Order: sequence, then C-alpha cells, then structure tokens
Amino acid sequence: MDLDSMQRILEHSLEKNKPIWEIVLEEDMENRMVTREASMEKMRRTWRAMVDSADSYSGERRSLSGLVGGDGERMRLYYAAHESIGGSFTAEVMASALAMGENNACMKRIVAAPTAGSCGVMPAVLIPLWRKESIPEDMMLQALYVTCAIGSVIATRASISGAAGGCQAEVGAASAMAAGALTYLHGGTGEQICHAVAISIKNLLGLVCDPVAGLVEVPCVKRNVIGAMNAIAAADMALAGVESRIPVDEVIDAMGDVGRRLPVEFRETALGGLAVTPTGREVKERMMKNRKRHRTLTIKDMRWKVAVPTPPGDPAK
Amino acid sequence: MIDIFDILGPVMVGPSSSHTAGAVRIGAMGRTLLGGTPKKARIHLHGSFAETGVGHGTDKALIAGLLGMKPDDLEIPNSFAHAEEQGLEFTFDEVTLKNAHPNTAVLELTAADGHTLNMQACSIGGGQIRVTMLDGVAVSFTGAYNTLIIHNKDDRGHIADVTTTLSRARVNIANMSLSRNARGGNAIMIIETDEKVPPVVLQFLKEFAGIIHLTYYEKEDD
Repeated sequence: MDLDSMQRILEHSLEKNKPIWEIVLEEDMENRMVTREASMEKMRRTWRAMVDSADSYSGERRSLSGLVGGDGERMRLYYAAHESIGGSFTAEVMASALAMGENNACMKRIVAAPTAGSCGVMPAVLIPLWRKESIPEDMMLQALYVTCAIGSVIATRASISGAAGGCQAEVGAASAMAAGALTYLHGGTGEQICHAVAISIKNLLGLVCDPVAGLVEVPCVKRNVIGAMNAIAAADMALAGVESRIPVDEVIDAMGDVGRRLPVEFRETALGGLAVTPTGREVKERMMKNRKRHRTLTIKDMRWKVAVPTPPGDPAK
Repeated sequence: MIDIFDILGPVMVGPSSSHTAGAVRIGAMGRTLLGGTPKKARIHLHGSFAETGVGHGTDKALIAGLLGMKPDDLEIPNSFAHAEEQGLEFTFDEVTLKNAHPNTAVLELTAADGHTLNMQACSIGGGQIRVTMLDGVAVSFTGAYNTLIIHNKDDRGHIADVTTTLSRARVNIANMSLSRNARGGNAIMIIETDEKVPPVVLQFLKEFAGIIHLTYYEKEDD
C-alpha cells in the first residue's frame, strides 16, 4: 500500500491486525526489495547514528558563520544547577534539540529527520525517553517505523520542505513524527497516534521559514526546541484521550494548502521575517564578505555552452 | 513510492541536505563519470549554491565528493586540505544560468591523463541530485539507481544491442532516456537499472561497434 493517508494506514492496520510499524516495515521490504532483517538493520544503523551524534556533541564548536554553538551545553549547565521551570526531563529535551541543531550547523554527522534543518526534534524526545525509561532498542526501531509512516504521508500529501511549505513543513513534520513515536512508545493506539500527529501539526500551522542569511542556523536551531516540546504536548494530550476535531489527513492537507499559499518570501528564500530584520541583514552582509573567495564570471567565460532544460516535477524535500 | 530512508535519513554531515549532502553527491557523481579523482576542477555555482554556498559548506562538500567521500564523512569540512594532499587543483566561481534549478553546479573536470568531463547537476532536495547536462548534451538521471551512461553514434541498432544484452544478463531496466546533439551525431543513452550490472556485461557492452564510451555509476550501498 502507498503510505499516503494516515487514515488508510490505520484502517489497514486494524483490518490486518498488525501494528502500524509492521505495515511500514513490510512496505519497505517490498519497495526496496530487501529482507525483513536488512530493513531492521538499516533502521538500527539509523537509530545508532542519531544516538552517536547526540553523544558526540561539544559545546565548544561554532558554525561557519559563528552564529550558532554552545547553547545545548548552556541549557545542560542551567538545569544541573537550577530547578528548571518544566522539570529536568523537558530541560534535557530542550538541551538535546539545541545540541543536535548545533551539530548540524557545525558540519557534524546527523540524521535528517525528515530534514537536516529539523534533525534535532526526533532525537531530542526519543533519546532522553529511551534512557529514562530503559526502553528496549527494538521498540525504538518500531517507533522509528511509525515516524516513517507519518513522514511519508506528510511528504506525499503536503511537503517536508521549507522551500516548498515553510517551517511548518519541516519542523512541523518532524514534530508530528516525534509525537507519533512518543504516543506509540507509551502504549497509544493507532487512533491516538493519528490524533497526536494531527494536534502537533495544527499547533505549528503557518510557521514560516525565514533563515537569517539563508543559513540553517537562526532561527532553525531553536525551532527544533519548539518542535520537540510540541511533540510532547501533542502525545500527552492524545494519550489522555484528547482528540483532534479535524481528522489527521485533513490537517495534513490544510498544512499543504497553507504552504502553497505562503508568499515565497517565507519559504527559505531569506527574503522575509527574521532574515530581513536589521540584525538579520547585518549578518548577511558579513557572510557576503566571506563569499569573496569565489570569483564571479559570466556564461561567456565558461568553456562550454550551457542550455539548461530543468525537468519539471522535481520532488522537493 | 517514497523510500522511508529518504524520510528518516540520509545520515549526513550538516548543515543542509540540499546544499551539503546533495553537493557531496554531485561531486561524487563527477568523480565516477570521470573515472577517478580529477587533477583539475573548475566549478561554477549557480543560484542558491552561489548565494549561500560558503555558509553551507557547499564548496567543501563538492570537493569532498570529487575526492570520493560519502555524505556522512566527518572529513568533509577539511576537504580543501585533502585536495591539496591529493594533488587536486580547483577553482570556484559564480555563474548565472538560464532556467536552471536554484541549487546547480557546473563541474569542468580534467583527469590525470588529460581527458575531461563537463557535467551540470542540481541538488533537488533531501540530498538527492539530478544530472542535467553531460558534455553539452541534455540528460536527466539521479544516481538513485545503478546507471549506465553510454555515448554512442546516433545510428540504428545500438539501443537494441544494449537492451538485449542487459535482458540476457537478467538486468531489469527501471528508466531509460536518449538524447543527442544532432541527427547522426553523438548520442547519450542513460539506462537506470534495478540490478547491479556485472563487470563482464560492462566489458561486453563496451565492445559493441558504435559504442564510443561507457560509464557505469553504481548506486550507494545501504
């Protein structure tokens, strides 16, 4: 089956009496022509890459622009020394989201989940929960398959690309995937997973993508925190029996619609929002000076002729 | 059908799947099509690659790919130093192309033995790429499959030779495209296959009359 509707995946799961993760696993086996073991093994490598990245964080590093670095550590020092407002678990979630976002900005190895810019959301909730509750690794892999179902549906029906749909599509998708995983890990039903996904997307609907100087740094790193905290809220609500009044597929479609109608200035072009604030412009100026190490030339200077048909319908991520 | 490991993945060095991971793959594709590490590389950046390439490490990522690194190689940020060690000379400049995808790079590569490759490719999102031009001929392939790039004379029969050989070798063709610069001139056959093409089959294909040049790109292992 195509992973293009949460409702259909849920119905399929109920009909076949199989959990959602297993449906996704079987789908992967068929799609990539691999064995069950090979699929699980790749998922295990993906999970371990996430954990390795989280563990390799250093607060010393700074990004190429110098804008990003050290906040994950700052957050950890804070909650070690003080009673944080939301308690130590949420403080660790925030620290983890910042740390992973910083790893990404500092050219360290990360797992795009679903994108590099939103790579901090899922590990920020999953790794602290895994450690706190000593969840078996195999169950974490199952949760990751659930996130793949959610991400695939969003990518098919709407978008997971900031350039196509704004930040709501990137951090929004990451948050929905994380919310579904959390709900699954705490014993939620398929219906509850769908509600968690719907609620998390609704809460971030309309969020614009406005990166300062076009870099995956400001405000991207901190937006990973809101994606993670939103996932916890959505999962807890769903587990409490709170339901989304708008069905999950309709919410995803609405996100796609909002994304398409977002002015291009708010879709990763760095032409709106925080990117065009006086300070945002200043940062860009500074980066433009670095760019000087490249020479500018015209087409005439190139040794071979360029005529460029770009094929239509590039799948944007 | 979406690959779930494009949703959860790739495992890559940051900060951007399109500006960094995709750029590594463009470099790696150029290296494969050239047949090894180039001696010289003139690289032209277009659009967003030119605008934000430095901040995203796009330049370092392209060189890393040319040196054979994978998108998750932690040495990507140090690729310029590796290039110096390995005797790869490179230049970067910016160019404005007509109708090109915002994340496009043009690579003019020269191998140690002097042969050259000109490739234009774009990074289309999520670390995936598309090659749009090879040695002046418009093409379209992504490297998501095992890919045969065959330069042949634009003459009848060559396609049948190739496809029959693949069929006998039990290699299934997933996608195929043909382009040429002029009638009776040089043509490029791009064949994307599900299965890997065994070396003996590649050798056999190379020996057909009318096949000028054959390059094989094997997709990244899982």
